[in-house]
Amino acid sequence: MAEKLIIKAFGMVAEEIGQSEIWLDSVSNTQELLAILKERYPGLEGMKFSLAVDKELVSENQKIDGAREVALLPPFSGG
Amino acid sequence: MMDRFERQVILREIGTEGQTKLQNASVLLIGLGGLGCPILNYLSAAGVGKIGLVDGDLVSISNLNRQTLYGENHVGELKTDVASRIISKKYSDIKLEVYPFFLNPKNAFEVISQYDLVIDGTDNFPTRYLVNDVCFLLHKPLVFGAIFRHEGQVSVFNLGENACNYRDLFPNPPSSMEVPNCSETGVLGVLPGLIGTLMATESIKVITGYAEALRNRVLFFDSKTYQQYFLDLKPNAVARNLIPKSKKELEQLDYEFLCSGIPIISWEEGLKSPKAQWLDVRESHEMPKLNLNNLIEIPLSEFYDLNQVQFNSDQVFVYCQSGIRSQKAAVKLKDHFPHKEFISIRGGVNAYPKN
Repeated sequence: MAEKLIIKAFGMVAEEIGQSEIWLDSVSNTQELLAILKERYPGLEGMKFSLAVDKELVSENQKIDGAREVALLPPFSGG
Repeated sequence: MMDRFERQVILREIGTEGQTKLQNASVLLIGLGGLGCPILNYLSAAGVGKIGLVDGDLVSISNLNRQTLYGENHVGELKTDVASRIISKKYSDIKLEVYPFFLNPKNAFEVISQYDLVIDGTDNFPTRYLVNDVCFLLHKPLVFGAIFRHEGQVSVFNLGENACNYRDLFPNPPSSMEVPNCSETGVLGVLPGLIGTLMATESIKVITGYAEALRNRVLFFDSKTYQQYFLDLKPNAVARNLIPKSKKELEQLDYEFLCSGIPIISWEEGLKSPKAQWLDVRESHEMPKLNLNNLIEIPLSEFYDLNQVQFNSDQVFVYCQSGIRSQKAAVKLKDHFPHKEFISIRGGVNAYPKN
């Protein structure tokens, strides 16, 4: 059985999802993950955030086979 | 000898050497709001020799839940004035410089270049990207911190070899529509207190070499759960390309505009749209006039009264002589007419196709 993947969400992304952590069935790459998330949480469309797989930023589509954690990191501006 | 630094000088990793470094340090604190207040309190208490204070804002009553330097009696005064008065009364050995204005691409180099360490305690993306890019070009270490509701981010940029900066984390500025600020979302006063105190800690680390600064790492902190998430950063070549290459190039950039979410297109792209309205924002004496369908003229100098203005299309292409004023104009128009689309024409009339 495939490992579960934990999605950690921050800031506005967490608000949109309604919680700061969700578990997903294993996903093969980041593009697929984003598609699943945007379908489930349409408010994520058009929201700006960076994506980190196992604490490393990814800028293009990347395999997440075997990864344990993906973080959705939006910028904060407040001060 | 007992002095006001005794308790930190007896820390082995600080010692008199670290204290001397603090005394010789010059730090620029940009933003005297929720983050800036604790930063200024702790850095001045720690004996930082010179601190520059940048903020063009006045104290307002809604600041007081988190901006703990100020009280009801300060409402309406410049933050730089109040802060420098309070701190210089507390400590006789500190040198304070005040810059009672906001940074922009024209003045930021001049101010930032005079300091060894920069701290970003601002509250908006245009200034954050501006400060990041100037510090990158000047190789100045930058202590970064930002908050959103009950969460905060902290990092140290441009420190040492192969150092990362804000663009490595978020290459492109989001528009202000994508991320609201404190005044719209609400924040508990203690959150900037916590994050600002972490930023002061990082500043002391950078100055003295105490412990290890958050170099090429970003801390995400949640004040509800106290959960922390550390992200490792690597220099990102694509993101680096988005930073202006020189002071001159940076001065041409409109950072407000970068964060406005307003698109820029070329004449060729614009002229393909048959239904759009054209808006010339140049002053009436500027030549040559263009012969375009559905064209109106409103000089930027007359933008104070937009209530009289009406557009007959939902899409408006804005142009000026060189493409800079049209960006400003489009931002103002978008504020006033949020349901219309304003697009700035790159290069202005100077770039108008010859045939």
